[in-house]
Amino acid sequence: MDPHLLKQLNAERQARRAVVLVTDLGDGRDRLVREGDAVSGDLGLAVEKAFRSGKSGTIEAEGRNFFLNAHLPPPKLVLVGAVHISQALAPMATLAGFDTEIIDPRTAFATAERFPDVVLHAEWPEEVLKERPFDAYTAVAALTHDPKIDDFALVSALKAQAFYIGALGSKKTHARRVGRLKEAGFAEEVIGRIHAPIGLSIGAASPAEIAVAVLAEIIAAFRSRGVGAAEMEKAA
Amino acid sequence: MENVQAHDELRDPLMIAEGWMREGKDVAIATVVETWGSAPRPTGSHLVIDREGNFEGSVSGGCVEGAVVAEAADVLETGKPRMLEFGVADETAWRVGLSCGGRIRVYVERLG
Repeated sequence: MDPHLLKQLNAERQARRAVVLVTDLGDGRDRLVREGDAVSGDLGLAVEKAFRSGKSGTIEAEGRNFFLNAHLPPPKLVLVGAVHISQALAPMATLAGFDTEIIDPRTAFATAERFPDVVLHAEWPEEVLKERPFDAYTAVAALTHDPKIDDFALVSALKAQAFYIGALGSKKTHARRVGRLKEAGFAEEVIGRIHAPIGLSIGAASPAEIAVAVLAEIIAAFRSRGVGAAEMEKAA
Repeated sequence: MENVQAHDELRDPLMIAEGWMREGKDVAIATVVETWGSAPRPTGSHLVIDREGNFEGSVSGGCVEGAVVAEAADVLETGKPRMLEFGVADETAWRVGLSCGGRIRVYVERLG
């Protein structure tokens, strides 16, 4: 491997940008492909697939063997609301491999005592997202029910094309939310990306059970990244 | 949690390889490029090795790392990449292998 390429690869990974390292297994030459870079032919199709699935593998193209190593950023989960569900969801998500963070400007909720082992921002989403914006490898769960806190995060998540967006709240709460987002200029199919009611339908009742339902939904979204819901259903 | 993330970054084989390179060490990178059956580590997993035989990361559950480290010494010497294949452990022949019953191919190359 070219030492310069290794430096570039590590820099891209640290910046949370998806890259595919292509190695020609015949002569050992390698190159770094960034998402959106044009690569022609069968190799290009395989690279595109690697970006979508996040899976690495060996392929044959133009009579040569290539190894494609897909480096997708680790998934991040941002919980908006330092609420009871978050106390269960944060440790569960961390166990499942998500870089987990919590945002809640209400300092009575966002305390280190309630959340001893998680990155906690006791600030408004407006402030936090200036420094740490959402990206396509972020899942966002809005859990406060309070539009003053949730709405900005939801709008940011929609704009950043976060791979999962969920919002807690009754049908009535969500209907009002949809109304506000429409007024803000979002199309219905874009708003439809928000999972509400949040979580898989498993009859969850307690905060910890709801956390399981939400985490399962997030994992389903993460593992089907780039695969349409219809294709998922076909596969299931 | 910040501690855990910092720790993970410290153990990242490609970050370690870059650090070793900066210290002027010769570094070999081994990568799982293909798996069949139940392989312990997915394709794309790395083991990085320096000339003294120090290594970080993994290409299996510890079954074949020793053999990969030995091969890496040759790759560092010659600069020629090498493809290794490991299958089920053959206990009678004392060959290294995977007890899980899977098969893997590991590509070993020199950095630079």
